[in-house]
Amino acid sequence: MSDLFAARSQMAMSLAFHIVFASAGIAMPVLMAVAEALWLRQGDEAGRALARRWAKGTAILFAVGAVSGTVLSFELGLLWPAFMAFAGPVFGMPFALEGFAFFVEAIFLGVYLYGWDRVSPRAHWLAGAMVALSGTLSGIFVVIANAWMNTPAGFRLEGGRVVEVEPLAAMANSAALSEALHMTLAAFAAVGFAVAAIHAHRLRREPRNLFHRRAVAIALTVGGTAALLQPLSGDLSARVVARSQPAKLAALEGQFETERGAPLRIGGWPDEAARRTRYAVEIPYGLSLLAFHDPHAEVRGLDEFARADRPPVAVVHVAFQVMVACGAAMALTALVGAGLFLRRRRLPDAAWYLRLVTLTGPLGFVAMEAGWTVTEVGRQPWIVQGVMRTSEAVTPMPHLAFPFVSFTILYLFLAAVVIVLLRRQVFASPRLGADAAAEKG
Amino acid sequence: MPLELWLAGVVMVSLNLYALGAGADFGGGVWDMLARGPRERAQRETIAHAIGPIWEANHVWLILVIVLLFVAFPVAFAALATALHIPLTLMLIGIVLRGSAFTFRGYGGQDDAVQRRWGRTFAMASVVTPLMLGVCAGAVASGAIRMRGGRVVTDFVSAWLAPFPLSIGLFTLALFAFLAAVYLTLETEDRPLQDDFRRRALLAALAVGAMALVCFLLSSSGAPSIRRGLAREWWSLPFQAVTGLVAAGAIGALWTRRFPLARVLAMAQVTLVLWGWGLAQFPYLIEPDLTFEAAAAPATVLRPLLAALGAGAVVAGPSLLYLYRVFKAR
Repeated sequence: MSDLFAARSQMAMSLAFHIVFASAGIAMPVLMAVAEALWLRQGDEAGRALARRWAKGTAILFAVGAVSGTVLSFELGLLWPAFMAFAGPVFGMPFALEGFAFFVEAIFLGVYLYGWDRVSPRAHWLAGAMVALSGTLSGIFVVIANAWMNTPAGFRLEGGRVVEVEPLAAMANSAALSEALHMTLAAFAAVGFAVAAIHAHRLRREPRNLFHRRAVAIALTVGGTAALLQPLSGDLSARVVARSQPAKLAALEGQFETERGAPLRIGGWPDEAARRTRYAVEIPYGLSLLAFHDPHAEVRGLDEFARADRPPVAVVHVAFQVMVACGAAMALTALVGAGLFLRRRRLPDAAWYLRLVTLTGPLGFVAMEAGWTVTEVGRQPWIVQGVMRTSEAVTPMPHLAFPFVSFTILYLFLAAVVIVLLRRQVFASPRLGADAAAEKG
Repeated sequence: MPLELWLAGVVMVSLNLYALGAGADFGGGVWDMLARGPRERAQRETIAHAIGPIWEANHVWLILVIVLLFVAFPVAFAALATALHIPLTLMLIGIVLRGSAFTFRGYGGQDDAVQRRWGRTFAMASVVTPLMLGVCAGAVASGAIRMRGGRVVTDFVSAWLAPFPLSIGLFTLALFAFLAAVYLTLETEDRPLQDDFRRRALLAALAVGAMALVCFLLSSSGAPSIRRGLAREWWSLPFQAVTGLVAAGAIGALWTRRFPLARVLAMAQVTLVLWGWGLAQFPYLIEPDLTFEAAAAPATVLRPLLAALGAGAVVAGPSLLYLYRVFKAR
């Protein structure tokens, strides 16, 4: 394993791990706040029990998210020192802002988790709302920094030196809005569906359990709304990529030749040697229409880029297909659920629908990981699109396979523990009586 | 005052608050590990209760330090992350295990075996992290990280795997344990339990003193320019005297059971140690090849960054005070 590959693997693994916990940190507080509001406004006991249970889950997920996020902030320098020496001042502003958002998030999470009996119910609910707000903001800031790596702005290069740095212009880069929107919705959709799925699974066995009923209703409303909005934000993202990163667009669509009226390829396998994508279902004019909103627009193919400037096509194409397929399945599930709800004016609790929700549950996180693969692998061989290559950024430190393997083992272990804890402590049906005492902690 | 000095100041203040907050949280882990006697369980519970609501907020100071380094002093950040790759990685593993094990223990149910397993992990990680943090600080102070043309030219081991950085690691650990024990005297109303922590604080104060002496002796060969700064500048003598008086005062206050006073003095002591290091090392960010001025990002970056820090402080500051008022009213 080359050191560059080990460094990329460690970064990818760390991001893939952290993003799950970070998303929970963004969306779980919203679910808790809704549940607690039901208790405060309508005296709904299930809402109160849910808020307490979800708070436990959030405590576990947030802690792992906070420490794995710390790892990432160090890894920027541990693995990519040359990148940070160059880019730190340019794209670092959102990280500074994120620092404060994270402060607010950590502070009010402390108040929320440990303050049930110490602050007034109203202040407690507000603390939850603050966690939700600052968690969302901190996610947005980090994604803005990533967007800068895709569409760098706010500086000029003069003989290899960075001059005229304007951090605010760097923040306002062209991918900032679309990426931040896409990721925020993804967090709500993925977490909403995952939580709904777990409770739907239990509800199927205990159809009268109010705890799980309420949980499915809240999580599905939040997750489903996000899943329905996500295709719109995806369209925006695709158009930004088409304009600013043509090689990435060509890779994610498996487009080898430059073409007017390019078709949209669904599925298929890009064969780099033969320079074509095989076995794909092609929808005529589809790509030109989606990427440029014009059926005859020209789409640049991979052939236009030197071999050394192309991302790995197969990985990016397949990841993109996976993301879109998962997103579509979730949006359809949400649509069906909305239809059922509007007809009967009650929670769609038919066994087949709950089973569908259970099956769709993991797809949000699958889509999220696939989407980050598209963004990050699709940018290769650049760490900063068109400005700095990943290979120029890597640390001179040798034997990088060692930390990569160490962190992988550590994270696998943590993931296993978290799953066990969540099963036992959070998603189990409440035992009557016993829980009231146990919930105090 | 030049812009980069303001930022250097903010970095120091953040590091200072990290030491006073998170440092004591790590110190709490040390006392969890060393919990003994008839009140072993009560000691552990008091520690967990004290750390629980605040450790995550305290931890954010470290993130802020890292972010400020890479935005405002990018060359220094790259150099430190390169030369100190190994101790920083060990520190990170400590941070990950400390935070997760603490949470897993808190939410893992009442099973004793489970509690013990996570408790041990939490305690061990609480020792490793400050040790490595101190080793990194010691390496920076030692002058062993050499740079040419903005790049590190020393190897990845010799700068930190040396007597002086290691002694600073132990010194840091002792300081954090001392802080924690002093704070813990105020976390309980129970007199015997309070006495447990008081005794621990006094022992830790001895360890701090011993390690300070070891570090000072090692510094003549291990960190010569810091030694010069701490011994021969015009401010050296009064500064040393004040630090010594504060340390003695903290011990005196503990002895006479004036715990709130002991807490203030212990905090002052840690603060003085940290700023003494900073002053002795100034104007170098990394001894002896990189000054704050040379490492600084352009003014077009530093100015908006300072503005953002100001705005952030307006939001985070009162929130932090609120957190401490809710949970640490005493």
